[in-house]
Amino acid sequence: MTQPAVSAKRKPASPWKPPKPPKKLNNPNAVLSLNGKWGYLFIAPFFFMFLLFGLAPIVYSVYIAFFNWDPLGTQDFIGLENFQLLMEDPDFWLAMSNTFEIWLLSTIPMLLMSIGLATILHRQYLKGSTFWRTILLVPNITSVLAVAIVFGQLFGRDFGMINIVIGSLGFPHIDFIEDSFASHVAIATMIVWRWAGYNALIFLAAMLAIPGELYESASLDGASKFKQFIYVTLPGLRNTITFVLIVGTIGGLQVFAEPLFLGSSFSGGDAGQFKTLTLYLFDRAFVGGQWGYAAAIGIMITVVVIFVSIINFFLTKRISSDTK
Amino acid sequence: MTTIMTPNKKPRWHKVGVGSYIVLVLFTLLSIFPFYWMFIVASNGTEAVSKVPPTLLPGGRFFTVISHVYEAAPTFNQSLLNTIYVGTIVAVAQVFFSAIAGFAFAKLNFKGQRYLVLFVIGTMMLPSQLGIIPLFMLIGQMGLLNQLGALIIPALVTAFGVFWMRQIIDAQIPNELLEAASIDGAGVFRAFWGIVVPIIAQSSFVLGLFSFLATWNDYLWPLLVLQDPNNLTAQVAVNQLKSSYAIDYALNMGGAFLSTAPLLILFILVGRRLVRGVMDGAVKG
Repeated sequence: MTQPAVSAKRKPASPWKPPKPPKKLNNPNAVLSLNGKWGYLFIAPFFFMFLLFGLAPIVYSVYIAFFNWDPLGTQDFIGLENFQLLMEDPDFWLAMSNTFEIWLLSTIPMLLMSIGLATILHRQYLKGSTFWRTILLVPNITSVLAVAIVFGQLFGRDFGMINIVIGSLGFPHIDFIEDSFASHVAIATMIVWRWAGYNALIFLAAMLAIPGELYESASLDGASKFKQFIYVTLPGLRNTITFVLIVGTIGGLQVFAEPLFLGSSFSGGDAGQFKTLTLYLFDRAFVGGQWGYAAAIGIMITVVVIFVSIINFFLTKRISSDTK
Repeated sequence: MTTIMTPNKKPRWHKVGVGSYIVLVLFTLLSIFPFYWMFIVASNGTEAVSKVPPTLLPGGRFFTVISHVYEAAPTFNQSLLNTIYVGTIVAVAQVFFSAIAGFAFAKLNFKGQRYLVLFVIGTMMLPSQLGIIPLFMLIGQMGLLNQLGALIIPALVTAFGVFWMRQIIDAQIPNELLEAASIDGAGVFRAFWGIVVPIIAQSSFVLGLFSFLATWNDYLWPLLVLQDPNNLTAQVAVNQLKSSYAIDYALNMGGAFLSTAPLLILFILVGRRLVRGVMDGAVKG
């Protein structure tokens, strides 16, 4: 994948230098000979549609969160009462801990697998690399519904293939729906299956962007493949790891489709053993008819997502600057 | 699938350990197995899932099972057509609106530009489910419930698309090209149609594909706004097959197969481009 060097025939530097652009540009990379005023027209459709169908509903849901909002009945302003109730709601905290457990169970294995796969695909003399790359993307294009139908059966207690394998190894069957931890493992498996290959491609792209000279000089210095990975590859992936973690967190803390299909209802299992935050939001909104309460859950999800993203950001920054 | 081989050099695949190939083959099997299993169950009937050891070969009942799917969901073909229709409109619209906004953000200088870009990036952090209740109210007031417009209109633009296009245009279009065009007298519009559009065509195709796939696979929103069984999308139609007391696995997997097969065919045609697209859009560093 290395680009051939093109610097061999460089034009001699011309004595004329372009005037430096004025300092306070709104867009330092802009083409100044084009009339920037048209920019407003170009972004207008996006902003119009986004404000109407993206932002306005979000702002309105913040408003609803202060009401006892029954879609078919009355709407009474109750101030912060929804949030107070939420703090004392055991279902909310159950959903919170379930969500975090699923997120941890999926994020860490996914990150390790993706980086491992990318390392293999990064091998210079790997045969059929296009084929492997393409195959890795297949799980990502399928619908969560189809995946959940298949995995739901594979994880079945009595006749699921996974339990048949477990049984043939001499272990007792695991109930992947009734058992809380096992159900989280099943959901995390679906998430990892879907995203490991996709993220491997993201990591591979980042690895290919690391200059080859870094590896050459490292191996000249006698660094083993493993040491090259630790001291050249990993630091080169710093921003990518942050990116994958933050995107994974935003998605992971909103997980609802897999648990929805696993239990075929918004309740997240008979005892709520795999109830997640977003699933609880939908349960309150469309089963319970408590739109204000559901909106309050939505705001809490947003707060948690932003909070965890910020922690992620600083943590990966810290770790990667330590390994430097 | 071809590998590029440098001339006068023996393939040096042996430099890559056998272990690496074993891992890749394992991942390939894991990636494909759920699709294969879908077909196995759909072609053997529900009894196949309660056999120990399980059946691993296709059976002869595929068309019987598929005809059961059409009995349980008579409008399944209409649902598939609806999905293609909605997905295509959404893909084209997202590409167009993202491209013009991305172009403005990448190459034009206007007041407030920096803050507007930050705004777009910031909104990508907001959970998409947060506004779903008011959006449902809004779509209801617009009289779009049970109509495909309920799926199309809120999906015409995304912050992600704009951000992605901005990255692509920034990376693929040298400023000199646009400067040269404007010296030749081209205005913003001609510079966009004449220079930017041809160069970003490939990447636009990838963005469009991803929008199409996302629309195809979207589930919860269509389930909320489409309740008329004659006017569903493929995902909602598949979900309808579930609503029986005892789970009929063959029926479910037959439906899942029907709703997935078009995507797999599409993927065989354009999968390699998607791979490029994912890798081009990756954050590197």
